[in-house]
Amino acid sequence: MTDLVIAFTLNGRLREVRTPAHRTLLDVLRDDLGVLEVKEGCGEGVCGTCTVLLDGEPVSSCLVLAPRAAGRRITTVRGLGDGDALHPLQEAFVAHGAAQCGFCIPGMILTACAFLEEHPAPSRDEIRQAIAGNLCRCTGYTKIIDAIASVAGRKTRG
Amino acid sequence: MPAVPFEYHAPATLEEAIALLREHGDEAKPLAGGQSLVPLLTLRLARPAVLVDLNHLEELRAVRREGDALWIGALVRHRALERGEGALRACPLLQDAAALIGNVRVRALGTIGGSLAHADPAAELPAVVQALDGTVALRGPQGERHVPAGDFFVGALTTALGPAEVIVGVRLPVLGPGVGYAVEEFSRRAGDFAVVAAIAVVELRSPGEIARARVALAGVGSTPRRLPGVEAALAGQRPDAETLRRAAGGAAGEVDPDGDAHASASYRRHLARVLTARALERAAAMAGRRKTA
Repeated sequence: MTDLVIAFTLNGRLREVRTPAHRTLLDVLRDDLGVLEVKEGCGEGVCGTCTVLLDGEPVSSCLVLAPRAAGRRITTVRGLGDGDALHPLQEAFVAHGAAQCGFCIPGMILTACAFLEEHPAPSRDEIRQAIAGNLCRCTGYTKIIDAIASVAGRKTRG
Repeated sequence: MPAVPFEYHAPATLEEAIALLREHGDEAKPLAGGQSLVPLLTLRLARPAVLVDLNHLEELRAVRREGDALWIGALVRHRALERGEGALRACPLLQDAAALIGNVRVRALGTIGGSLAHADPAAELPAVVQALDGTVALRGPQGERHVPAGDFFVGALTTALGPAEVIVGVRLPVLGPGVGYAVEEFSRRAGDFAVVAAIAVVELRSPGEIARARVALAGVGSTPRRLPGVEAALAGQRPDAETLRRAAGGAAGEVDPDGDAHASASYRRHLARVLTARALERAAAMAGRRKTA
């Protein structure tokens, strides 16, 4: 199998990788580019820990074959902030103590971020539904929802 | 686990895609959104030698109104159906059904053509196309053919797609004034496939008379099932709660589901009746409201 050369924008920077087509975007990000904030959980698109934004929309990077990332804009949780300044959602997660083990948090924040772009002033129930595809095994979700609700209605970047 | 390595092609035209599928026969798989196929690859339940990526075929992305029908290209994503923008507004049942599919990430990439081709017996969109008597358009080496939903779904994960044929789109009727619709679904957890889902479409002749009712169920057999007995019991009847519930009572007797790890056969029959009743009641109420719309 010949390798493909795939170029995409990762957090605003153009990256190029050489990979066979059967690997996933998750494999490429973690194993080739050392992007370790993208976590591997179930590997079946169910748990949400490997969430990245693909042209602004949350996707499971474990279910995106590497060639499908060509020419796209990929955002990880590191791409949300602005240099040293955290994104307001990241600040809110810190302020509310919304992380315990933290494994689900990058995906959770990216999902919440895309959701708030589309629904700037959601109800608590809408927030619960929005993160239904991101599983957290520690927190019971209350503080995560508190954190997202605290940002809802405020202007967000990213 | 990584997928078994395969040869990857990203054809720029449909003709090229069909030629590749024809050349490689059973060794080849077409790729659309990948939300069912990629897990099958990484679990190594599917080991195609060749993958034909359809995502560059712009012609499969079209959505357009064609008189009383709505054409939806095979590559239209679930999120687009869920948002229901533009011409998709003509068939708003799609919006409610698509919102129940998987999670938001599945919906961002998954496509209507992929869902129909995969033909999971519990999936929402096959049941929608079945409920609306939609037509699936297929293109292959022999040209294009249009298959009614009732003939398209052959068995669990099995369709009328022939060798080297791909779905190019689906044609659904526009839901005009006087037509109400509803999706009712029961699943164990948010994002799971439905144990049973019911889709009802009720068309009123007048505020006091049902012209036609259509019901399709997912999760009660190897393919999405219509309920001809329930439908016949409602034609020409009053759309009141009592009539709808009585007709829905026939749903359990019209299906013959298997039990599995998710639900027993008798529980699925129970759900068939309860969800049919709920869907019919909501659809009839909406049909009344949409009369003057």
